[in-house]
Amino acid sequence: MSALPHIPVLRRGRPYESLDNNTVVDHRNGTVLAQVSTVNAGIIRKDLAKISESRAALKKFTVAQLIEICGKTGEQFLNGTLPFGDKGHTQSPQQYIETLSATSGLPHVMVRRNMAKIHQALTNMKTVLNGLTRGLDLSILDRGFGEQNGARVSYFPTTQALGLVMPSNSPAVNSLWLPAIPLKIPVIIKPGREEPWTPYRLIQAFIAAGCPAEAFGFYATDHEGAGEILRSCGRALIFGDKNTTAQYASNPAIQIHGPGFSKILIGEDEIEHWPDFIDVMVSAISDNGGRSCINASAVIVPKYAAEIAEALAKKLGPVQPTKSDDTNARLSGFANPKMAEYIDGSIEEGLKAPGASDVTAKYRGGTRKLEFEGGTYLRPTIVLCDSFNHTLANREFLCPYASVVEMPQSEMLKQIGPSLAVTAITKDPAFTEQLLESHLIERLNLGPLSTMNVSWDQPHEGNMFEFLYKRRSIEFAAK
Amino acid sequence: MSASISTEQIKTAQSQLDAHLDEIIQWHFSPETGCPYWLDWAKKNFDPRAEIESFSDMQKFPHFKDESLRDLQPEVWVPAKFKGRPFSIFETGGTTGMPKQRIGWEDYKVDYSEFSEKISDEHFPRNHFWLMMGPTGPRRLRLAIEHLANVRGSSCYFIDLDPRWVKKLITNKHFDQARAYMDHVVDQAVTILKNRKVSGLFTTPKLLEALSEKIDLWDAGIRGVFCGGTTMAPQYVRYIVEEVLEGRIGFYPTYGNTLMGLAASVPLRAEDKFSITYYAPQPRAVLRVVDPNNTTVLKNYGEWGRVELTTLTKEFFMPRFLERDEAIRREPRGPYAWDGVAEVRPFGAMEKTIVEGVY
Repeated sequence: MSALPHIPVLRRGRPYESLDNNTVVDHRNGTVLAQVSTVNAGIIRKDLAKISESRAALKKFTVAQLIEICGKTGEQFLNGTLPFGDKGHTQSPQQYIETLSATSGLPHVMVRRNMAKIHQALTNMKTVLNGLTRGLDLSILDRGFGEQNGARVSYFPTTQALGLVMPSNSPAVNSLWLPAIPLKIPVIIKPGREEPWTPYRLIQAFIAAGCPAEAFGFYATDHEGAGEILRSCGRALIFGDKNTTAQYASNPAIQIHGPGFSKILIGEDEIEHWPDFIDVMVSAISDNGGRSCINASAVIVPKYAAEIAEALAKKLGPVQPTKSDDTNARLSGFANPKMAEYIDGSIEEGLKAPGASDVTAKYRGGTRKLEFEGGTYLRPTIVLCDSFNHTLANREFLCPYASVVEMPQSEMLKQIGPSLAVTAITKDPAFTEQLLESHLIERLNLGPLSTMNVSWDQPHEGNMFEFLYKRRSIEFAAK
Repeated sequence: MSASISTEQIKTAQSQLDAHLDEIIQWHFSPETGCPYWLDWAKKNFDPRAEIESFSDMQKFPHFKDESLRDLQPEVWVPAKFKGRPFSIFETGGTTGMPKQRIGWEDYKVDYSEFSEKISDEHFPRNHFWLMMGPTGPRRLRLAIEHLANVRGSSCYFIDLDPRWVKKLITNKHFDQARAYMDHVVDQAVTILKNRKVSGLFTTPKLLEALSEKIDLWDAGIRGVFCGGTTMAPQYVRYIVEEVLEGRIGFYPTYGNTLMGLAASVPLRAEDKFSITYYAPQPRAVLRVVDPNNTTVLKNYGEWGRVELTTLTKEFFMPRFLERDEAIRREPRGPYAWDGVAEVRPFGAMEKTIVEGVY
């Protein structure tokens, strides 16, 4: 057995060792942890030409059988020792946690939370699909047609494969593609440069649970290869900032998962109780290392902005990097230190514009960016802005960051812009109605709930079933 | 060193090179045979007839500046002995402005007649038909490929690709147009293959890839592919051999350009791991892999360095031209008793993005 694990390309489930490879390294000391085979776009095109065979392999199962497989996959993913590459290595859950932590910078405790989310999505797949399909009798997908609530229905797949250009910064986003498998749509995955571990482990868990290997394509590839996946799969998901995703914005076959610009709004009726909501706000801003698109990046209030910013800063400012296995770890390291440098520079640049102050600075007792045991970290930052027009008021960074802005309640929905998750702390029926009417909000939490509080049976960012299937009308001649 | 090449064979090749060099130096620097450019150069610098006795003396020449091929009229390159004979004008890459030009008479025929002996009848059946899909226009390649087909008793269909236009499209980020243009070129080739009998194909790797996605090359009658034009790293070669040509169509990668001619590759062995090594058509051209920071120093075998080309024919003399390529220096390997260059790629490819496009 070779000392270093090698993650092959999976070509419709078959391992392929390329002559080209990337190394994935420990972000703290550069130790090479694995080699990952990479291939060119041509190989992906070649395999996509035969993708109908992969779908045929999934179609041999019923949705119900695949849901059962998902349940077993969840257990394998969480607890199983699974094949790790093609050189005879295996990976226990603890090894997965340590490896992912070492390359992504996520502390163990956050990796475990992400694992739990994925496990939950897999083991509750029936509930997830029920939510996505709004209670459709799933055997209708096996037959292609049937009756639902007395109406004749027929669904057809919009694609033979779901393409995924994955990020490196948050393993739980893999849960987004999981419903594709019980919906009998093969997946073609380009893993993030520093995070091949989660999709590879999920694929191995699926195979161990009885899913046909042909359903999975796993291609570490270059920019051209990523473009090919997006262009050729029929339906695809891409993760990234506006620069990465803008060119796909008008393509209905590509679902964009970019920044969330999630927010907390407090209504005029509840603002006097603001000290009661500080813990919810802290959680919304900083859970998962502040890396999720559903982390709050702005707190918008009708008054007491300075006091709220101060209270948040007092709680978050002292937060320090910790050892990766510290159970109280709250910050993630940066796999790419240049990213931390860029973010720190952007915040500093923004602070030069009048009207904003870093309230956390006095509680930090040091720089925002710092090195700890070889890793690079960004400490939490709360910026008090005097207007929502300030350059730092509606920004999202890959760290615990939020602005606090004061504005009249009547202005909030006019100014917030598209917001993936919004926590609105109000009991005012009129404001609640306005919030429910707003087209800007994808996920609405009413009351003191964290923006991180999302549910798998209610998609907060695109409905995978509606993305992969379309309804047609159907009629049969009388016999 | 490969077992098939002895020290004796290497020495013989060096002696042949030195003898050929002597002949070429005498030709280009004698007033009765030489061209105005080099005769004038000798007056201003030194007389190579007195100073150059062996190839190692070529270090006395500075690196050839190819700007002169752009800035001067072509007549300055006409050897006195060829005066009055119309010549072909061949152009190198170029994207905008005045391109660089090399003139010639028979060199390309010599190069490609020799190359014909290196391709098998199984892959390129004699007395049949070829298709060239690639840069024609003012390029030496177009006439060369037709000559190659002709010396094998074959005729050739042509589909043009203008690499200057492609480079412009890619540089200006007009990727959709570049793709549409490539489709336009490939569609024409598909039409020919569907309606005519063709067994031999010359094209660039990217176009080959695109063609194979539109038509089954084997079923279309293709038995041999002769490829050149861009970087072919080992994994890419493997992809072409195993996936595009499905291991049953002969693959002949070459490295060449208007200034050199054609460097053929040796057949791939398992131990090569798809790393292609090219050998210059010595003694008419010599390729060296040199230290880019001190170009008098040869790199060791197995090391990367910049490619230096010296062309030595009666039609064209070009000493120590630094190509815009880098490569690995490889040992002599039969039937070639001189150094090879492997895994050629644009110089500095690891440090910056190079526009190669479909060419």
